[in-house]
Amino acid sequence: MSSREDILGRVRVGLNRSATNAAAGRAEMAAALSNRSHGPKPAIDSNPQALLARFRIKSEQQSSTVDIVAQDSDVPVAVERYLTAMKLPKAAVAWPSLAPLDWVGAGLKVEGRGARDADLVGITGCFCAVAETGTLMLCSSPDTPAAVSLLPETHIAIVSASRILAYMEDAWTLARKELGVLPRAVNFISGPSRTGDIEQTIVLGAHGPYRVHLVIVES
Amino acid sequence: MEIKSMHFKANASATLANVVLQGNLKNAKGKFVTKRAEAIKDLDDFEGTRDAATAIRNKVIDNLDLWLECFERKALDTGAKVFWAKDGAEVCRLVTEIARSHGVTKVTKSKSMLSEEAGLNQALEAAGIQPVETDLGEYILQVDNNEPPSHIIAPAVHKSLDDVADLFHKVHGTPRKTEIPALTREAREVLRGHFLSAEMGLSGGNFLVAETGSVALVTNEGNGRMVTTMPHVHVVITGIEKVIPTLEDLSTLMRILPRSATGQSISNYFSILTGVKKPEEHDGPEHLYFILVDSGRADVVGTDFHAMLRCIRCGACMNHCPVYQTIGGHAYGWVYPGPMGSVLTPLYAGMENSIDLPHAATLCNQCGIVCPVSIPLPDLLRKLREKQTERGLRPLTERIGLRVWAWVAQRPKLYALGASLGVRYLKWLAGDTDRIRLLPTAPEWSLGRDFPAPQGKTFRELYAARQTRKGATT
Repeated sequence: MSSREDILGRVRVGLNRSATNAAAGRAEMAAALSNRSHGPKPAIDSNPQALLARFRIKSEQQSSTVDIVAQDSDVPVAVERYLTAMKLPKAAVAWPSLAPLDWVGAGLKVEGRGARDADLVGITGCFCAVAETGTLMLCSSPDTPAAVSLLPETHIAIVSASRILAYMEDAWTLARKELGVLPRAVNFISGPSRTGDIEQTIVLGAHGPYRVHLVIVES
Repeated sequence: MEIKSMHFKANASATLANVVLQGNLKNAKGKFVTKRAEAIKDLDDFEGTRDAATAIRNKVIDNLDLWLECFERKALDTGAKVFWAKDGAEVCRLVTEIARSHGVTKVTKSKSMLSEEAGLNQALEAAGIQPVETDLGEYILQVDNNEPPSHIIAPAVHKSLDDVADLFHKVHGTPRKTEIPALTREAREVLRGHFLSAEMGLSGGNFLVAETGSVALVTNEGNGRMVTTMPHVHVVITGIEKVIPTLEDLSTLMRILPRSATGQSISNYFSILTGVKKPEEHDGPEHLYFILVDSGRADVVGTDFHAMLRCIRCGACMNHCPVYQTIGGHAYGWVYPGPMGSVLTPLYAGMENSIDLPHAATLCNQCGIVCPVSIPLPDLLRKLREKQTERGLRPLTERIGLRVWAWVAQRPKLYALGASLGVRYLKWLAGDTDRIRLLPTAPEWSLGRDFPAPQGKTFRELYAARQTRKGATT
């Protein structure tokens, strides 16, 4: 007997599995998968301005920094401003999907590609953001590689204000609608990487970025 | 992992006598407790969320065979491969075979308690494959002669800054650093090379999502993302009980898991990984394997301990346990310490190997109150004590003692005589005070506290007197 059959067999014995209760179990399973019921959620004002305000506060609580600009074309200048203020290099790797922005015009050397170890700054967008916890949702694809938000010491993320949702549940609904199936990697990111493994003292920059900077685009 | 729970009493005593360790434990004590208490406040309905989480876990374990088949079907559809392992030895064999089939020489690991159960690192080393622990706490322990973890969330919580400073100075051969950020940076630099050169990444799984065939990973350091993004092979080792139905259920559980574990509203990273990299993608593994592990779980289904399968491994029970806070995790002698460990160890590693664990509890129910999936841990500990008695596993002296007591208790006159002698003896010991400083028959019991002295007569004597008085008045 295979291990699979052995394990499932013992589980079935434990559950007193019979044809009748299997049919009932399958019906319950089908209901759970189609109902997708939600648990209780903290109350959040879903007005766009309120969502933006909450997202900003929660992101800052997670040790991210936040800048707000009016439109997409303002992003490269905002990124340059941040890098200058932080005395960081003016070169970055970015999601290929962001390559068309006028980085050169802002005095930046930005390459749209997958990330390498030597990259110090990584620029990404996000699929959407969650106001409840101040969280970014990044979906991997050829145009949006996962490592750009992971390998560099600095992660800059561009967030459209219109895609700030109240709850993670809303993000799943949006993903089903726009993507159909889940991408290989969905990464929810809430601030820089951290560890508390030595004396429960929180240190930023464990294996991922030391700092996360959000550029929120209002329109 | 080799079980040492049979030496619980000796190990607990040694911990109590270890001044340095007591200092480290005292330092750690309460930090998680305070953070959790703060973090659950911003859920408007914590108890409601806890009930919902409990219901989600029940839904799956009550039809576990069906949910496992559902998850397996979905995972196969995404291009993953699914294996099943009955025990730790089979886990080790499967991982080694997968590694060999891809020509792997180095495996980077994100924290997996199941790999501790299986003793996977030793098996990989024996097969000539280098395992590298990448969670900072696990890494500290691995370079310290493979010391076992003492906490499921914070594996090196028993170590102080000084301990880590000495250790890194010794193993890395670098100047001794005294600041926590500098030590963290040093580990980051050492491990970065491993992340980029390992051919295979190995992770546990916080949840398996049946709806999508995905594994969900809750991490803070980013090492979980590294081991599942950089190498071309990813192996997930996880217990068969970890399935949950939908992505919405994942969101409910995420409101409660990080809050209960580290007191965070959400972990820094929460990754939902589905299938393999597409040819045109820049990163991600080309091969994804799930190993669904039994190791004692299947035999718990439908038993008195069924509710234990709800456990989501947050560690809140141990953080709040007065026994754990005093003796730390190592004394428990296996992978899982604290109240959840005192239930899991007898179930998974043998009741006869862990006789003392169900007794290493005050049954104060702090653990039951904080458990995010409402596992009645004190009830389960009590049930294990009953099983020990049923199976005749208790020590001879205790068994004889209980028999003598039962024999006496069935003879009311003899019982009354014994009780009245006992009460008078204790009263005499107390003298003029209302407490006994040292019990000659059980000196350990009264070392840290006084024994309250009986007030002269036994309950039965008082009751008889009262009945007589009642008779006189009517």
